[in-house]
Amino acid sequence: MEHKEILHRCFRCGYCKLPGNYVDINCPAYLSFRFETYSPGGRMWLLKAWLDDEIQVSDRFARIMFSCATCGNCVEHCAFPEFRDKILLAFNAGKEAILDTGKVPPGVRDYLTRMQNYGNPYGKSQQKRANWAENLNIDAYSDQEYLFYAGDVGSYDPRGQEIAKSVAELLQKLGVSIGILKQDETSDGNDVNSMGETELFDELAQKNIKIFKEKGVKKIITLSPHSFNAFKNDYISLNENTESFFQVFHYSQILAFCKDNLKNIQGSIQQTVTVHDPCYLGRHNNDYFSIRMVLSAIPGIKIAEMDRNQKNALCCGGGGGNFFTNILSESEERSARVRVLEAVQTGSSILVTSCPLCTIMLEDAAKSENLENTIVVKELSELIMN
Amino acid sequence: MELIIKELKDIVGSQYVSAEPEELFFYSRDQGTMPPVEPDAVVMPKTTKEVSKIMLLANKSKTPVIPMGGGLVLSGLSRALKGGIILDLKRMNQIISVNPHSRYAILEGGASQGMLQSYLKKNFPQLKHSMPDAPPIATLAGNICIHGSGHLSVLGGFHSDMLNGMEVVLPTGEIIRTGSCSVSKDWISKAPLPDLSGLFLGWSGTTGIVTKLAIKLFPNYRFNDLLIFVCEDADIMPDVISRLTSTQIAEDMTPWMTPKPYWAKGFLHINISYGAHTKKELIFKRNLLQSSVRFYIDKKEAGFLPLPPPQKKRFLKIPSPDLVRFADIRKGGGFEYVGAIMAIEHFAKAYHAGLEIAEKYDVSYSLGARIIGAGHAMMFFFAYAFNRADKEDIKRAQKALESTNKAALDIGGIPWKAEEPAQKQIISKMDPETFDFIKRIRMMLDPNDIMNPGNWEK
Repeated sequence: MEHKEILHRCFRCGYCKLPGNYVDINCPAYLSFRFETYSPGGRMWLLKAWLDDEIQVSDRFARIMFSCATCGNCVEHCAFPEFRDKILLAFNAGKEAILDTGKVPPGVRDYLTRMQNYGNPYGKSQQKRANWAENLNIDAYSDQEYLFYAGDVGSYDPRGQEIAKSVAELLQKLGVSIGILKQDETSDGNDVNSMGETELFDELAQKNIKIFKEKGVKKIITLSPHSFNAFKNDYISLNENTESFFQVFHYSQILAFCKDNLKNIQGSIQQTVTVHDPCYLGRHNNDYFSIRMVLSAIPGIKIAEMDRNQKNALCCGGGGGNFFTNILSESEERSARVRVLEAVQTGSSILVTSCPLCTIMLEDAAKSENLENTIVVKELSELIMN
Repeated sequence: MELIIKELKDIVGSQYVSAEPEELFFYSRDQGTMPPVEPDAVVMPKTTKEVSKIMLLANKSKTPVIPMGGGLVLSGLSRALKGGIILDLKRMNQIISVNPHSRYAILEGGASQGMLQSYLKKNFPQLKHSMPDAPPIATLAGNICIHGSGHLSVLGGFHSDMLNGMEVVLPTGEIIRTGSCSVSKDWISKAPLPDLSGLFLGWSGTTGIVTKLAIKLFPNYRFNDLLIFVCEDADIMPDVISRLTSTQIAEDMTPWMTPKPYWAKGFLHINISYGAHTKKELIFKRNLLQSSVRFYIDKKEAGFLPLPPPQKKRFLKIPSPDLVRFADIRKGGGFEYVGAIMAIEHFAKAYHAGLEIAEKYDVSYSLGARIIGAGHAMMFFFAYAFNRADKEDIKRAQKALESTNKAALDIGGIPWKAEEPAQKQIISKMDPETFDFIKRIRMMLDPNDIMNPGNWEK
């Protein structure tokens, strides 16, 4: 197993369970299940025990490992700078090794099977990938400045499709030149990778790299921070030319570039909003600024930050494939529900985020907590467009 | 056990009970050198009522119960030495209320140090509590029950001295209160009642489960500063500590002696933290502290270390992650320490004993102390790092710790939160009538011997 050399170095001091300001538990899996085993330190010690033949892979062992939302809170707050960057890599390597044993949680098995067979987690036809754009005037990518990449959730999830449409429309209104790959778009594979299925990830990534090259793609705007992360950080190592041949942006970054034009689209919004930072934009890619810059450009908006924001943000629990596998949803105390309650405490009427997965997770949580009349979860472009 | 596990699931919900190999493996050990012992189950209650029901069940079935807070004691006190149920209390982590006038906070038994620090910072910035050097996930109840100490211990003594009262579930399931909260709605003090809190402090979880507690809070200063006194002669340390504490200014004083970083080797340092409401007051206090040891500075036997602002900031960070990093000094994720409560005048003996033991067993060491009260006592620590992946290295550290426990007792100190073998060393030195009395109290509270058995036994 890769990175096994760091496992015994974990002291399980627990800094990884908390945000930097110690407000409350900040590891989604530990928050949900509360046994020490579900904390990052628990995973480190259990993986070591497995490699040392002190315990065997079981359904529970696999569930513990796959419950990691890969949010990066542990990496951010681990007290050991010499190896903390490798913590998530070790977890992913552990998941890869578990996949080889065949002891895989049903949700993970189903997700990966659908990815293998259909190329998307919804088990839908590749021909339907661009259905979300049916009533929009977006051409297939040819010589536009940007490729707009909708990803799996934007392409197939009904709510994700609405968000993809909203973002694309907003970009067009702002005069951003975009095209889409339509049926040629392939899953970015970010969550496949975070589940340790590296071979499938390589295959998906190579497909995307090939089509990007064929189409002459130079600049990409992603809908999902997950896609952004895969393209920005993982595709580079797979590309034969070691230098990146395309630039990648998350749509919130493009909106930030266009912030001066936003007021022409949206007048003032007299609302207090609170920001949920998606992990794959924030902790994984250090962009906490774009969404706040966009919001600051809209007259009337007041931002009220949650106690856990930016590097300390509590993950919605959708990362690491949990959006699809629902392992974390098995618990009442799941992080998305805690997150909407935290948002309410700010006195905001809107909880805004810039990730389709986070939006869906938080909307569901607001419903579960009966908070729909107290706070509205909005995706960034929808806030602007409405 | 199957029937007990079923009943536990009925009490707390099946999600919060495990007898699976993963939890049994993890909860069988802590970060220190004590060998693993598997429990039969791990259970995580949410309410006092649930704890009471668990105790009734355990008492009826004569099943051992081992309370666990943050699980950071390092000396294996939350291992199930005779099997049974580990009661992980961290779901009971609410901060119930803060009284800013009488300066106390009421918390649940699993509330963490970090959460309280964060809560006060946001809601009562004028107040703070005494943080131990443990990581922020450590629980307040756990630390108080082991007689921990922390960043306000010069000011307020041991953390158990800062306790106002508790709600405790007895081994037989009854829920009792200690201190003023047993009479009044105010949790202001242990006085003037018979001090029942003492029945649960320092007993290593062998007398009851603390489900709520109130602790004293202290004024939080706007301006905070740190001086580092440095000298080369351990013999002068008791007098230096006495002079510094006589000013009644420091909130915390922690001597430290380590071979790393290189500039620290061979020197004895004392970190002196203090605060003030104004800059003028801060300067006044600094001058008083410095003047108190002028005698040694004029003789050129000591001085104060110049500290660049970034370094000072690191020293002032509470809690400091730098301390747990000692665990990685051998790239092996482990350390354990003997923290011996002893008189200040034993400082030099303890220091030299630590150096000798570290050399003898070839272990990476860090020596230091925390001054308790106005020089009334100190917790002198002898910390040894080890590589968890190297069994020989662990054995070396174990031997060093065993020797240290013996040395500390010989000097006149008493190992704090002692491992089970060290408890036996303490008992062998203890007045026999006293030990018999301890046994009688335990028998009275815990007739079926279910509370963390294996601890404090001959």
